[in-house]
Amino acid sequence: MVLGALGVVLEGGLKVFWPTAVAQVRLADGRWFLGQFQGRQLDPATGARSLLWKTGNREWDPQRQDFHWLPEDQIADILWPAEAVLLERRENGNFYGFFRKVEGPLVEPGLGQGSEDAWTRFQAALAVVRQAEASEVAPLAAEVAQCTRRLRGLKTQLRKAAYRLQRADATDAHLHPPVQAKLHRLRAQAEHLAHQGQELMNRHNARVAELRHNVAIFEHGPGQTCRIPLMDIVRGCQPNRMGVAQKAAWYAAHVKDLLIQWPRESNTEGGLFPAIFGTVLLVFVMSVLCFPVGVVAGVYLAEYARQGPLVRVVRVAVNNLAGIPSIVYGIFGLGFFIYTVGKAVDRVAFPEWAEVGQPVFGTGGVLWAALTLGLLTAPVVIVATEEALRTIPRVMREGSYALGATQWQTLTHVLLPMASPGIMTGFILATARAAGEVAPLMLTGAVKLVSDLAIDGDFPYVHLDRKFMHLGFHIYDLGFQSPNVDASQPMVYLTTLVLVLVVVGLTGSALILRNRMRRYYHPKSL
Amino acid sequence: MASLEPTADVKTPKPAGAGQAAPASGAEVPCVSIADPVMRLRGVSVYYQSRQALHDITLDFPRKQVTAVIGPSGCGKSTLLRCLNRMNDLIDGVRLVGEVLLDGEDIYGPDVDVIELRRRVGMVFQRAAPFPKSIYENVAYGLRICGVRRRSILDECVEQSLRRAGLWEEVKDRLGRSALELSGGQHQRLCIARAIAVNPEIILMDEPCSELDPRSTARIEDLIAELRRQYTIIIVTHNMQQAARVSDYTAFLYEGELIEFGPTRQLFTRPQRQETDDYITGRFG
Repeated sequence: MVLGALGVVLEGGLKVFWPTAVAQVRLADGRWFLGQFQGRQLDPATGARSLLWKTGNREWDPQRQDFHWLPEDQIADILWPAEAVLLERRENGNFYGFFRKVEGPLVEPGLGQGSEDAWTRFQAALAVVRQAEASEVAPLAAEVAQCTRRLRGLKTQLRKAAYRLQRADATDAHLHPPVQAKLHRLRAQAEHLAHQGQELMNRHNARVAELRHNVAIFEHGPGQTCRIPLMDIVRGCQPNRMGVAQKAAWYAAHVKDLLIQWPRESNTEGGLFPAIFGTVLLVFVMSVLCFPVGVVAGVYLAEYARQGPLVRVVRVAVNNLAGIPSIVYGIFGLGFFIYTVGKAVDRVAFPEWAEVGQPVFGTGGVLWAALTLGLLTAPVVIVATEEALRTIPRVMREGSYALGATQWQTLTHVLLPMASPGIMTGFILATARAAGEVAPLMLTGAVKLVSDLAIDGDFPYVHLDRKFMHLGFHIYDLGFQSPNVDASQPMVYLTTLVLVLVVVGLTGSALILRNRMRRYYHPKSL
Repeated sequence: MASLEPTADVKTPKPAGAGQAAPASGAEVPCVSIADPVMRLRGVSVYYQSRQALHDITLDFPRKQVTAVIGPSGCGKSTLLRCLNRMNDLIDGVRLVGEVLLDGEDIYGPDVDVIELRRRVGMVFQRAAPFPKSIYENVAYGLRICGVRRRSILDECVEQSLRRAGLWEEVKDRLGRSALELSGGQHQRLCIARAIAVNPEIILMDEPCSELDPRSTARIEDLIAELRRQYTIIIVTHNMQQAARVSDYTAFLYEGELIEFGPTRQLFTRPQRQETDDYITGRFG
């Protein structure tokens, strides 16, 4: 059954990027359109068959749809013209059409004239615009982003100063002048920075507008042409002319984008990088925060606690914790970590933000989600640790004590090393469970899209208060919350595939670690 | 402490009437006096929960001699041995009455450092269980936990201990390999080396050969003979031939009571008590 599920995911996910042939579908009434065939359906009432086409060209469709069902009997014939072009665009999804020519200040005179082939000229023009963008627009965009970041830092300082001033009112008036001065200085700085940012933005926009004058002209319907700015085009190809090697290259470029790019088009296109990052980071933070606690609890229960009714009750409770539905943990995380602990942290550490109703830790974030997942997986680690310690023969302990070791030395030198493979097994189970869990995350900080990762170049570099993207939540969001079902379906398969791979990768590396330990500590058991 | 159950030899509850089969209390225990005792037991009784495992034992262990403790299974031999380095502390519900003196000092006294005691009184167990570390680290373990870090000291001590335990020639080329790769007889010698490494005054051996084949047993016995002049060795065995072969003095325990204690040759040839005679001639036990 697992293989079946994996098979479906593999089948659905692996084929997404393969460029299938583009058909020119001619209708009985003389109209035609271009599109990629998606599937067929039999209408049980009439016995008529309908075909689903991905037609793209969203902005020229009356209903702004890029998928169309077409009854088979309306189709006159289907051609597979070699010149049919598939474009991936930054907005509005795919485009299908016939390339006519390029126009614009950068690409006009004599560009690629040597080549007979129109498509080669298009590629050359695209490369020119891409290069212009990289050398002129990208630096501006980076400056704007830096400006925004600095402004954000300034606003934090500003908020702090304003808060101090406000609090100082009642008690010490002598604080007034310096703080006020600082406030003024900061305000002036912020204004200056905002102004500077706006100016940069204007220059950026102006340059973009200029570049957008370089267009490619396509014919996408009978007598219909359109101008598409080259800047908006991510990449284009002529699938009907491509060999297997070219298609493989196209595929590889997509896989690379999937792993390193941000999503586009309300997540239905582009990459998964922030979601992959969020998933791995979450599991990592969870391990760092909660794995030691689980091990310590297990060690305490097995080695230090006085065995009695209380410990028995605790042990039963720990075992039962593992059986609680994960959404309950989510509710607990929301109620306890976010609303109670987070709010308290905000009151103490960030009063200036709590004041204006902008929580820092009092809202979902990586930290709280990781702690919630940690609670969820701690029982597994605790039980595994206890079991591993319990199965160590008594002579090992006595041998150590007889040499004058203390309980602590025995634990650290003999017992924990011996128990480590067993503890690692618990850790692997915990990791696998944590990586695939979604329900608690929806309540504790997973979001559809983030603009900033939880680790970046801004001091203090690790921002565990930030919200995060998660592959599991991404699947849910794409599959159930997306307005364009047909467009998001391939991405659902892809995301599922990536999630499975990430989980396998995480547990696989833990497994390798464990086997290495086992080989060292129990060479005979191999 | 978890999972430490009372040892097998004290599990058998003693029937109330059994005491009468043993010599009535107050009967004179034939007991030689030792000129230079290192460890002295004075009226030691040990209880597991409410069950009495040792009855009022008074006994002196001679310095730098091998003393064997013999007796049938369940007579309290191991319990007696484990009193001497307070190993019984690790078992819940064990209570000791009386005095155990090491060089005149009560090891159950209020300001005795148990850790220090166990360094002076080492122990080798019935089941040889090296730590899952390298051969080198097994021997160096006792020193490391005392805080010895100097490589040269460790190296020297490991080599010396392994030589004394007669294992050096066999393992000198693979000190870094896991100790678990050695054979059963080598395990036991490694455990002896491990105990010697911390330079104890007394080595307690709890049936060290009962799980070994005759050849390995012979090697261990040879080893005991070699070590006897440097260390005080107290060995528990249910093998009377072994006791006769390796020990200078022998104590015979039956049902938690000391029946007879004397020089080995004398105890085996001219036992003073009927019970001893019965046991060593194989009439019971």
